[in-house]
Amino acid sequence: MINLGVNWRRVRAVMVKEFIQLRRDRLTFAMMLGVPLLQLILFGYAINNDPRNLPTAVLVEENNQYTRSFLNALENSRYYKINSVLDNHRQAQRKLETGAVTFVVTIPAGFGRDLLRGDRPQLLIQADATDPAATSNAVAALEGISRNAFRHEFRGPLASLNAPPPAVDVVIHRLYNPESISTYNIVPGLIGVILTMTMIMMTALTLTRETENGTLENLLSMPVTPLEVMLGKVAPYVCLGLFQVTVILITASLLFGVPIVGSLLLLFLVALVFISANVFLGFTLSTFARTQLQAMQMTFFVFLPTILLSGFMFPFRGMPMWAQYLGEILPLTHFLRMVRGIVLKGNGVAEILPELWPILLFLVLVGWVALLRYRRTLD
Amino acid sequence: MPETTPTPVIEVKDLVKKFDGKTVVNGVSIHVNEGEIVGFLGPNGSGKTTTIRLMCGLLTPDSGSGQCLGYDITTQSEKIRQQIGYMTQKFSFYEDMTVVENLDFVGELYGLANRARRVNDMMAQFGLTPRRQQVVGTLSGGWKQRLALAASVIHTPKLLLLDEPTAGVDPNARREFWDRIHDLASKGLTVLVSTHYIDEAERCHRVIYVSDGQVVTRGTADEIIDQANLSTWVVRGDNLETLAHALEKRPEVRQVARFGRSLHVLGTDAARLDALAEDLRDDPDHDWQRADTTLEDVLIDLGARNDRAAAP
Ligand SMILES: Nc1ncnc2c1ncn2[C@@H]1O[C@H](COP(=O)(O)OP(=O)(O)OP(=O)(O)O)[C@@H](O)[C@H]1O
Ligand SMILES: [Mg+2]
Repeated sequence: MINLGVNWRRVRAVMVKEFIQLRRDRLTFAMMLGVPLLQLILFGYAINNDPRNLPTAVLVEENNQYTRSFLNALENSRYYKINSVLDNHRQAQRKLETGAVTFVVTIPAGFGRDLLRGDRPQLLIQADATDPAATSNAVAALEGISRNAFRHEFRGPLASLNAPPPAVDVVIHRLYNPESISTYNIVPGLIGVILTMTMIMMTALTLTRETENGTLENLLSMPVTPLEVMLGKVAPYVCLGLFQVTVILITASLLFGVPIVGSLLLLFLVALVFISANVFLGFTLSTFARTQLQAMQMTFFVFLPTILLSGFMFPFRGMPMWAQYLGEILPLTHFLRMVRGIVLKGNGVAEILPELWPILLFLVLVGWVALLRYRRTLD
Repeated sequence: MPETTPTPVIEVKDLVKKFDGKTVVNGVSIHVNEGEIVGFLGPNGSGKTTTIRLMCGLLTPDSGSGQCLGYDITTQSEKIRQQIGYMTQKFSFYEDMTVVENLDFVGELYGLANRARRVNDMMAQFGLTPRRQQVVGTLSGGWKQRLALAASVIHTPKLLLLDEPTAGVDPNARREFWDRIHDLASKGLTVLVSTHYIDEAERCHRVIYVSDGQVVTRGTADEIIDQANLSTWVVRGDNLETLAHALEKRPEVRQVARFGRSLHVLGTDAARLDALAEDLRDDPDHDWQRADTTLEDVLIDLGARNDRAAAP
């Protein structure tokens, strides 16, 4: 039975207690600051890989055999996966902002005519370069694609068009991170990864520590409800998490000069929701673990898929579909998109809302499980 | 004025608790009246701690029922928690917090209106004031016990459940502790206290003795001695160990308890034991004397019976 009548005085008592214990535990405290900084410096170097089938939208102002050939060539390269055809630039802009597509290919009117004349028509490719690791290979492949796209058309009298320079002038617009600096992308991601690890672990340990030390028996014999214990225990770690975010942001901007385009307030708000989700997850784990060692193992059991499937380690769109579905469950996936959006694209509330509610849903579900699992007895 | 009928503070019936199929508490019924100090005795692993946990709702019984302070132990443990003080057998306060921080925490959870004053009072009463800022992990065992006791009475509970509260506490502190318990009981506090010390059992109004999860005997010290129906002889002299070995083989001897300079020889059949004593008292090395059976004799006998039952 869940009793929702919260006595805030008792919540505060638990919270104060946790703060005192946290303060006494110098090593843990140092680790919670040291680990993020170490990771920040280590991960500051790009992780490179070769994602394929990146979602692409096309804005076709002219439709004929040449434009079709080019789009086919794009798809055949396996880097691009065309999933929508757009009518105007506003739509294109929107798709890029929300991260629905990584590329928008614009084929201008008069493309076929210019091509045949040898006028090298311009072909615009807008790339979401927030994560340069994700897009760089696809962009690099463009030259080859444009050279070979019209092999079948350029026969007989047109064969001369096969000679260099390529018949199409591909113009690439890297949006959001024009210089393709990997650390710009890594740093926001790192905030999420560090928060995931420290928040889940610290909270998973708090309740199991009480079980192991025998203090739980005493706590259970006093009039404090599961919800009060949970809220009180979780609150200090939420504060600590926000503190970590601050430290990472300051370090990132001092060390790597990462610009923050969007609203800081929004960033912290999003971080708060994300931290809460993790902290509740940690608390839930602690209701399953009997020892602190088990709590640690469970943390890693959750942590590994989180970094692998969230789009931190590997570009999300480059993963197989089943992995993407799994990834959508993870709070980190959504957090990464929001933070990248806010820090690099300057996204506002409207753009991040679709990513925020999955985390909120996760938070509610996990908190509910925790309350069901937290027992008021020692059985 | 008519005599008021005593109100039961603890009233549990046929409690059964199994862990992994092993019955640890096997049909225990306990009745404790207001203002009583009841000793809870029994060998290690006999189920004392488990029974106490059942009574304060920390464990759910597999069968049986009962109430504490008028609240059902299985469904109203929330209410029970407000009004009991439970001192766990294993020290269970926060070792990385100071004395005053621990007491503050407990005081806040009970929602004490005048917490700061109450915490100071408790520290003064239990002599903890000079150690208020000491981190609990660095306190000696006896001082930890005092802290635990102070914390368990900070909210002036109506019922105190104490699980071996004086284990490892020096004699002076134990005496103080018991004086305090009696003082609180005279003001209406009810106490159930588990212990392995016989002198503490004698300080209780009543004693309940459990073995293997079942109540073996209960009552006042005198009642328990009577019920045991033992007669006792005390033997003094030299070379007692050889005698003890010889006596232990005799069927009329139930139990030989060794003391530094004497043996207590116990038997259930007074006549046969007397005959044996008459036979043996001719030996000038040994001085045989009839003695009153003490609570200690009975409890040692009960413990020994338990050991014999456990032997293969
Ligand atoms: N949570 C548990 N899971 C499994 N077995 C348990 C559990 N708690 C107690 N036991 C078992 O129940 C039996 C009784 O334990 P209990 O702690 O109640 O004894 P006790 O009378 O308090 O002993 P002691 O005098 O040593 O404190 C023991 O055999 C113990 O191993
Ligand atoms: Mg015990």
